[in-house]
Amino acid sequence: MTDATASPDKVTGPTPDNAIRDAERESGPMLAADGTPLKKSLARAQRRQKMRALGLVAPLLIFILITFIIPIGQMLFRSVENQIVPDTLPRTVEAVESWDASSGEPPSQEVYSAMARDLVVAEGLKIHTRVGSRLNYEAAGLSSLFRQAGRDVDETGEPFLDAFEESNEAWEEGSTWVSLLTTEEYQSEIAEWQARSDEVGRSFDEPAVDVAYREGFEEALPRTTDMFSDFAYVIGSEDGESPLEEEPWPLVYLSLYEDLEANPEAIELFEGEQRALVEEAMAATEGMGPYDYRAFFEEIDEEWLEPDIWETLQVFSGPYTSGYFLSAADRELTPDGVERVPENERIYGTLFLRTMYMSLAITFSCILLGYPVAWLLANLPLRTANVLMILVLLPFWTSLLVRTSAWKVLLQNQGVINDLLVWLNIVGDGNRLALINNQTGTIVAMTHILLPFMILPLYSVMKTIPPSYLRAAKSLGATNWTAFWRVYFPQSVPGIGAGSILVFILAIGYYITPEIVGGEDGVFISNRIAYHISTSLNWGLAAALGSILLALVLALYWLYDRIVGIDNVKLGG
Amino acid sequence: MKLTKILMATSALTLSAGTAFAEAHSGESPVAGEPMADSMTLVSWGGAYQNSQQQAYVEPYLEMNPDVSVTWDERSAEAVANLRAMFEAGNVTWDLVDVVAADAIRLCDEGLAMEVDHDEILAPAPDGTDASDDFGDLIVSDCFIPQIAYSTTFGYRTDVEEWGGETPSDICAIFDLETFPGQRALERRPINNMEWALLCDGVPKDEIYDVLETEEGQQRAFDKLDTIKDQVTWWNAGADTPQLLADGEVVMGSTYNGRLFSLIVEQDQPVEMLWDAQVYDLDGWIIPADLPEERLNRVLDFLWFATDTQRLADQAAYISYGPARESSAPLVGEHAELGIDMAPHMPTNPDNASNTFVYNYEWWADYRDDLDAQFQAWLAQ
Repeated sequence: MTDATASPDKVTGPTPDNAIRDAERESGPMLAADGTPLKKSLARAQRRQKMRALGLVAPLLIFILITFIIPIGQMLFRSVENQIVPDTLPRTVEAVESWDASSGEPPSQEVYSAMARDLVVAEGLKIHTRVGSRLNYEAAGLSSLFRQAGRDVDETGEPFLDAFEESNEAWEEGSTWVSLLTTEEYQSEIAEWQARSDEVGRSFDEPAVDVAYREGFEEALPRTTDMFSDFAYVIGSEDGESPLEEEPWPLVYLSLYEDLEANPEAIELFEGEQRALVEEAMAATEGMGPYDYRAFFEEIDEEWLEPDIWETLQVFSGPYTSGYFLSAADRELTPDGVERVPENERIYGTLFLRTMYMSLAITFSCILLGYPVAWLLANLPLRTANVLMILVLLPFWTSLLVRTSAWKVLLQNQGVINDLLVWLNIVGDGNRLALINNQTGTIVAMTHILLPFMILPLYSVMKTIPPSYLRAAKSLGATNWTAFWRVYFPQSVPGIGAGSILVFILAIGYYITPEIVGGEDGVFISNRIAYHISTSLNWGLAAALGSILLALVLALYWLYDRIVGIDNVKLGG
Repeated sequence: MKLTKILMATSALTLSAGTAFAEAHSGESPVAGEPMADSMTLVSWGGAYQNSQQQAYVEPYLEMNPDVSVTWDERSAEAVANLRAMFEAGNVTWDLVDVVAADAIRLCDEGLAMEVDHDEILAPAPDGTDASDDFGDLIVSDCFIPQIAYSTTFGYRTDVEEWGGETPSDICAIFDLETFPGQRALERRPINNMEWALLCDGVPKDEIYDVLETEEGQQRAFDKLDTIKDQVTWWNAGADTPQLLADGEVVMGSTYNGRLFSLIVEQDQPVEMLWDAQVYDLDGWIIPADLPEERLNRVLDFLWFATDTQRLADQAAYISYGPARESSAPLVGEHAELGIDMAPHMPTNPDNASNTFVYNYEWWADYRDDLDAQFQAWLAQ
């Protein structure tokens, strides 16, 4: 007996699936009409059904994925992305890594040399100001420092260019460099490329040809070949020019000098006339080096000697950064670790808190005002209720800006409400109430704007509560209040829940209304997000603030689910 | 001296640039005859300003080129963010964008605006002066093509009883709560306010930015602003202050001089303008980077016409902003509808410009984020 209840398989009597078992026992697995086993056939049919269902929702799913999830994901990804620094300043990032920030000294010549090289390339590609703007978010002043350096940096190593060209005029020609360094194959390729570029003119957009060096050159002359490749790439992609016709940057001359100083044997690579040319140039530059990069930067701006700048670069050199999230939490990344920003710059913590409690205040005032209205709508005869419903919906259909501006007219100092109060002698003319450009203004205007989002779910839930329950309660001796509080109210809670979630989440992300009526202490975090998106262009910080806001909303949602239960939320019947 | 200069300039022109000289006078744009797109999307600020552009040069241009159509987009206030989004999406729909100088610098820095050679793409002045000399210092960035100069200045009500007949005559009246009690309107951002605060705290005009660069200087500016903080209504949009003044919500407030002009002259409100330490600023065009060739040709053709000396002077008949070309100033005439002489209302007029303050774009490009954070924190205190 106990066995039988424990496991249906051990039932000895007949059960509804006995026939199948019998069939299986007698003739193997049961077969469908086409001869496949029934189980398999069933699974296939179900799979087909699932696929069909998926096919039906697929358009919407793909639409949401492409237009909503992916862009939001990309936007949020910006909160940690810092690719621009290592991409634009690869040499500097590497060189500055070994510099000791606590020494209080500016970094070595190597670091300045790397910065000069990176900046010359970045300036050629016109991207040096972008990295300047990026770093300016972390340390004010870097933006103009980079812009200014971009103007002058192509003169790095100019004395060497002059000395080379003085020793022999051939150095003025780009073609000298091409024949000196590159393979014959490349030379003919670049000549053809140049011919095509000349023919097409301004709209020529073929990619630049990668420079191919003669054997052993890249190992023996690393700086020269590195710089020359970048030079060829920059003029090729920006101006459609080939190195055949352009005089290289002074840094290329300087690099050749430095390479040959560091590795005198490299001169063996050159033969005949070319060797004479190089030897001539080396003789002309005898004793000129080493080049003082630091002094060159000092001449551009003394600020470049400040260790602070290099600290910032060192801290923000990785492809990913926590800097934006830290800023969003009123903190900053320093070489000594995470620190709070000075007190007079802390705003985000205050704003997050304010957004939360004001959204809660707005939600509660919506419940207070919306509940009686929804009750009235649900209990009046249908015709009257419909008229009232239109009154609820009418503002819903009016432009947000119009409604907010209307509140401005009503609430301002010389506005309708204050005028009325003065006329009724409730307040004196000298101390009119401050109802707008503060938190009161925001709460009043936003409650009004969000009220329909509370009334509608409440109404649709109340509509389903049978009036007979209240009558039954009263007939059993409950007072009006008890009948409402013990019988009616608990049944309307799902409506309150749905309305509160709607209103709260909408309120948390509002920014137009607070911007117009909020003054200085009634603005929300979303106003700051909007500022960083459209005015300061610090999209990384905006993304970080947005991510935190999203996380906060999800956390509150989870909390709500734990306390009230999400099953208790109803938008209707 | 002056005569020799002119003579020298003319002879130099005839000698060295005979063709350019002919071109300048025939009014041909450098792209004339090349294939051009037949539509253009112009971005501007809407309102009276866009109207002045429409009347002064867009309509005349369309009359000359009847097969071209122009679409306006009124999103200049958000131009930088929008252009950046367009570039990231790889679909730039704008052809010519009207922005303030600070935004032009940022767009140039971000590589979103095209760098131009002003002498090549803009018409010379009627006397043959190169465009870059005619615009002079107003070319604050390689991407920026200036159109107008405007000022942020103060308007005050003339009927405030508490003032006992006194009217503000210099900028420091905004900090003088004893003589001029009442609510003030200031822009909700540090730019301009910090400078005025330091100026009225006794810092000489040419040292303002040096002082503002230090922490003590910033604190000093905030301390000065603290003295009037509870008497200030902070505005966001240029239309706010005229509205607040007209409603009597504030007794004085800062805004753009063109807005005040229409409040005073066109709407006839009891308001006067204060021409002292007004902050001089610029507005002009930028061309988005990497436009397709045909669209670019159309834009260049339009720009050649729309920024020449006469057209910039014409624009001043519709709005009280000063033309950016030196050669346009003598041509400024009367208001198109009211028939009043416009020259006295121009921020570039010598009578009004006796004590102006020149806004330092590059400084603010560096310090704007830092100071804005401090400013917002200060507001929230």
